[in-house]
Amino acid sequence: MEKKTKINAEDGKQEIVITREFDLPVALLFTAYVEPEIVEQWMGTKVLKLENKRHGSYQFQTTDPKGNKHNFNGTVHEFEPDHKITRTFEMENTTFPVQLEYLTFAPLTMHTSQLTMHIVYKSVADRDNMLKLPFAQGLNMAHNRLQEIVSKLNKR
Amino acid sequence: MNLRRDVFQAIADPTRRAILLLVASQSMTAGAIAANFDTARPTVSKHLQILTECELLKQEQIGREVHYHLNAANMKVVADFLEPFRQLWDNRFNKLEQIMKSYKPKN
Repeated sequence: MEKKTKINAEDGKQEIVITREFDLPVALLFTAYVEPEIVEQWMGTKVLKLENKRHGSYQFQTTDPKGNKHNFNGTVHEFEPDHKITRTFEMENTTFPVQLEYLTFAPLTMHTSQLTMHIVYKSVADRDNMLKLPFAQGLNMAHNRLQEIVSKLNKR
Repeated sequence: MNLRRDVFQAIADPTRRAILLLVASQSMTAGAIAANFDTARPTVSKHLQILTECELLKQEQIGREVHYHLNAANMKVVADFLEPFRQLWDNRFNKLEQIMKSYKPKN
């Protein structure tokens, strides 16, 4: 089966392109980026602030399983309904530099649409570190599970 | 030739994935790699051997030392590194699609 979400990350470049086709009219797809309560549901984050306009900004907050809070924020540079959003993205209290995101929304048919997310990073190394993050987190989770099992065995 | 299966088996092991992650940023000697694990040194050597055999790692002789580095030419590795990132976004977008299919405008 063909994968719905595609990532194009060429070697040695400081950018990636994420593309995804949706069984949704483009207006509905765009709405999912605009209404805070909808963003909260699919991004799995709390929306503290979301100003959908040029020079506007946004603030998200997630809580990890340990109860630690992580903040994310960015500034909106371009906002054209059903067409595009250009914004920055920053993970607060991390060493990851700010990244620039170009989101393009396009109708394919009356009922389908495509999202293109072009992300530009500060450097090739920053991009690669960001791409490896979910891989590393998965690794840590596997590691933590292993430690839990081992510590339970030791208590016997 | 079942290289593909070997690569898959190689990355199925958490220690071997951790080794790949370590050498992804810089080449390292077997000793330096082993220092990152509580596992016995011969066990780490065995993992390095498996990773080298299925061409995920390359060995390079520098003076008296053997350095291990990621075989960048093996695009499958890159794809596997990317897969959790892709899945993260795929899951989010699947959710978005599901939510919006039953969306009712507020007005």
